[in-house]
Amino acid sequence: MAQQSTARALYDLLSSMRFAISLLTVLAVASVVGTVLKQAEPYPNYVAQFGAFWFPVFETLGLYHVYHAAWFLLILGFLVLSTSLCVLRNGPAMLREMRSFREQVSERSLRLIPLNAQIAMPAPASVVLERVRAYLLQSGYRWREKTRAGDDGTLIAAKAGSYHRTGYLLTHCGIVIICAGGLIDGNIPLKVLQLTGQKVIETRDVPQSQVPPQSRLSPSNLSFRGNINIPEGSSANVVFMNVADGYLVQDLPFTIALQRFHIEHYSTGQPRDFASDIVVIDHETGERIERTIRVNHPFIHRGVAIYQASFSDGGTRMQLRGWPLLSPRAPPFDIAGAVNKSTSVKAGDAEIRVELSDFRPFNVEDLASNDTSSRVDTASVTKKVLDRLGSGAADLSDKDLRNVGPSFHYRLRDAQGQAREFSNYMLPLQLDGAWYLMSGVRATPNEDFRYLRLPLDAEGRVDSHMQLRSMLLDEKAWPELGRRFARNAASGPAVSAVLRERLAESAERVLQMFSERGLETVVRFIEQGVPQAEREKAADIYIRVLEGVALEALQLARERAKQPPLAVDEQTQRFIRDSLISISDSFAYGAPFYLQLLQYEEVKASGLQLTRAPGQNIVYGGSLLLVLGLFAMLYIRERRVWILVQPGRAELLMAMAVNRQTLENEQEFEKHRAALAAAAQTGT
Amino acid sequence: MEMTQSLPSARSGLRRLGWFDWLYALGLALGAAYALKLYSPFMDMYERSILVGTAITLAGLGWHWKGLRVLVIVIAAVSLASIGLYQGDLARADQAFLLKYLISSQTAIMWMCFLYAMAGVAYWAGLLGRSETIAQAGTGLTWSATAMGFIGLMVRWYESYLIGPDVGHIPISNLYEVFVLFCITTALMHLYYEGRYATRRLGAFVLLIILAAVAFILWYTFDRGAHEIQPLVPALQSWWMKIHVPANFVGYGAFSIAAMVAVAWLLADKGILTRLLPPAALMDDVMYKTIAIGFAFFTIATILGAMWAAEAWGGYWSWDPKETWALIVWLNYAAWLHMRLIKGLRGPVLAWWAIVGLFVTTFAFIGVNMFLSGLHSYGAL
Ligand code: HEM
Repeated sequence: MAQQSTARALYDLLSSMRFAISLLTVLAVASVVGTVLKQAEPYPNYVAQFGAFWFPVFETLGLYHVYHAAWFLLILGFLVLSTSLCVLRNGPAMLREMRSFREQVSERSLRLIPLNAQIAMPAPASVVLERVRAYLLQSGYRWREKTRAGDDGTLIAAKAGSYHRTGYLLTHCGIVIICAGGLIDGNIPLKVLQLTGQKVIETRDVPQSQVPPQSRLSPSNLSFRGNINIPEGSSANVVFMNVADGYLVQDLPFTIALQRFHIEHYSTGQPRDFASDIVVIDHETGERIERTIRVNHPFIHRGVAIYQASFSDGGTRMQLRGWPLLSPRAPPFDIAGAVNKSTSVKAGDAEIRVELSDFRPFNVEDLASNDTSSRVDTASVTKKVLDRLGSGAADLSDKDLRNVGPSFHYRLRDAQGQAREFSNYMLPLQLDGAWYLMSGVRATPNEDFRYLRLPLDAEGRVDSHMQLRSMLLDEKAWPELGRRFARNAASGPAVSAVLRERLAESAERVLQMFSERGLETVVRFIEQGVPQAEREKAADIYIRVLEGVALEALQLARERAKQPPLAVDEQTQRFIRDSLISISDSFAYGAPFYLQLLQYEEVKASGLQLTRAPGQNIVYGGSLLLVLGLFAMLYIRERRVWILVQPGRAELLMAMAVNRQTLENEQEFEKHRAALAAAAQTGT
Repeated sequence: MEMTQSLPSARSGLRRLGWFDWLYALGLALGAAYALKLYSPFMDMYERSILVGTAITLAGLGWHWKGLRVLVIVIAAVSLASIGLYQGDLARADQAFLLKYLISSQTAIMWMCFLYAMAGVAYWAGLLGRSETIAQAGTGLTWSATAMGFIGLMVRWYESYLIGPDVGHIPISNLYEVFVLFCITTALMHLYYEGRYATRRLGAFVLLIILAAVAFILWYTFDRGAHEIQPLVPALQSWWMKIHVPANFVGYGAFSIAAMVAVAWLLADKGILTRLLPPAALMDDVMYKTIAIGFAFFTIATILGAMWAAEAWGGYWSWDPKETWALIVWLNYAAWLHMRLIKGLRGPVLAWWAIVGLFVTTFAFIGVNMFLSGLHSYGAL
């Protein structure tokens, strides 16, 4: 007996409205958790974020996959349970309510209904009844009539909007159905297989063919959602499902081959369209289906939907030339590489790994945005407002969007495993009127790139700069350079040999300083050796010496390469100055060589997402019920009107009941009352 | 029989329509047909259905709510006039006087902001000064501001095609555009309730939330230059957007009104402005009606969003932050609706819950884009 009442109490609790409200609130709060903490990140990120102590605690709480955590599913489960019980508890009564007209009510209870009225009835009962029926029919009511025992008159029990009650059933059943569909598509079956040890998450980075069977799922798997990257010209017959800190391999019932991946761009450089030309080859029938899939336009085969999800480089092949930057006698070297592959390069005795990581066929940059700081903003408020009037089209007049051509990314890793990241443009960029090859470098991914500029010569090649570099940094060339500098700088018979000698010496000393750490050494030397007041002058002299020697170096290099000497003009001066800055910056560049991209052959890869979701249509069906039910429940008002015509008392009693309190009720009651009062009058 | 003549009954629907109603519907039908004739080669089946559906919806709404007919006609006429003035050339926005200072998209939206500000002032002056005339001016200004907002969006739609046929798209695709949409849907819903339930005095409160949105629009325009038309990222190039976004904003607008009415309710409950505000039962009813309609549309919007996600991203539910927050908003108002059915929980609890609901909604609307990352990142500030 006690047991039964406990069960009953539990049933009452679970199906109660207060419990439902608590559940809805708890579920809302629980859902917040997973939006605050980024979900399904690689585990090392969490370790870095929370530290070694909290990481396992949060892992046990399931915070990295909140929406698949047992406690979250438990709350959802309770919602489904509670809603189902609620329907079970109220449903039958609601159906009965819908059918019943409640024509058995007593006069006493009619008088207890708050909205009731007594109306004097001079007209004969039969006439009034006729009018009442016509009125009810017009107002959309259905009714039952009951002649009361004795001469107690006739009761008309009318109602409208009974479908309000179906709304309740539809909505709440809809919720249960949606949750059921969602659970089918969720990873519950997989969770069970994992818990029972039948499936094991793979955490190693191995080729998929080597993934053992206990980490593979068969093509008949009911529901899954996984990703795959396919390079152009390649194919795949599996997808990877990320689970916890590893993955599972899902075998597909077909093979997908990617023929080509397209990107189209707007003129502003933003992508306009991603599309993949794929061929799907069915494993069972051998049928080949060619399709182009695009974002928002998936292709479905054997219940598996194939979506365009992302794109990346699929291993673009590149011809690269390495230019040693600070070892003057090392010759340039050529290497061949491909994105996602790495090669070793010998630099002196050290071995450096070149890891090519990305290639971009074009880059649209706003070349005007660099110098906005120099624009003076004197616009008054009126002018600002006027500027914003007119069309919503972007004002492009202060932008200089240009495609600056291909770029590629790579990391250089030394023997200790330390790496720096580089981003080089293939084509030269024009900055302040001169052309440069640009190479960006950064030590960690969250820094911005800092750029090394390599100036180009009149032929648009980097070779002159590199010749100049080798010559300037080569200590064997310094005596010769010093001599030439002294000769040209102090020519004429008046200049003594001693003076020339000293000039040559100081030129050599400057070169030696410069070769240590560029201008930095020169500046430090001046700061240490020259009094404050004369530093500026001294710096000026050193720079002029440096530029003079550099000019000699350039001419000497040309002489040795059997090229005619350069005219000493503005352009050459600029080239020399740029070269000196470039060499100086190279000391902070962090790599012994610069990689120039000579040629490339682009290979793109398409990121596809494949899903099989048999619960989808169940969820949609449930959603339809939910929406229909909502409108029924919120917009159909259930109303009941009783009219008791009592000829014996020449009186008419009316009452109106509703199941939702709104303002319309009273208005409608007043309307009925007026109509009935009119109906009760004599005359036509 | 006299009583059937003196009392209009619910059944006489179509018979109550006057000649103007029919003319209005005819205009809509002709407009839709003309648009189909011009553009149907560039539209897919869904887009054509949406166009026809919109015309039918507007006809139905206009029949039900007579004031809307005038608004629709004004918006159509002025937008067409603006398009005519453009003569297919964007540069005309700076040359033609009417375009530059009145009815190009940006100018119209700036007028909208200005008129809403005036409407706010008028509603408050009317409320505090107990002047029905001034409050009426508030209503008029709100109508005009709303018309300007719609005109701004319509013209912006056209301008986007002038920038480039591939750039053109319906202007409900980024945070700037949907803020304008928010202002006009909220205002429109308020105007409906105002006309139907005589709640003009609540206008002062509803305008507060609209003016907050206006302030955001102005900051976004002048500080961030966010008013510039941007091309659509591939994921947004879909007809789903045309129904998903408006449905969402009916929800957001309705929830905002409910919260502002709740503020008024609580003030009146505390004895502040009590005699100036509508009766508590009326405010309670408006609160329920707005949350009910908001909940229904928000449900639809979320379902549409799920269906769109299934098509664009490959899963109808990914627990992406925006999706999850939509669920949170939805659960919150589901709880509200149930609470209303429990006797002990009505009154102040419900009002406070509606106000908290607005904060939750606001976070789902912009907070997610600002603070959380996810698939909906197009709306980042
Ligand atoms: C996500 C879950 C749920 C949603 C979206 C939902 C939605 C709704 C809505 C919109 C209404 C109409 C409210 C109104 O007319 O003002 C309603 C009524 C109701 N709900 Fe729920 N509900 C949910 C869960 C539950 C649960 C778990 C229970 C029971 C424990 C429940 C019991 C009821 C009852 C008894 C009514 C009143 C029906 C009537 O008298 O007509 N609901 N629900």
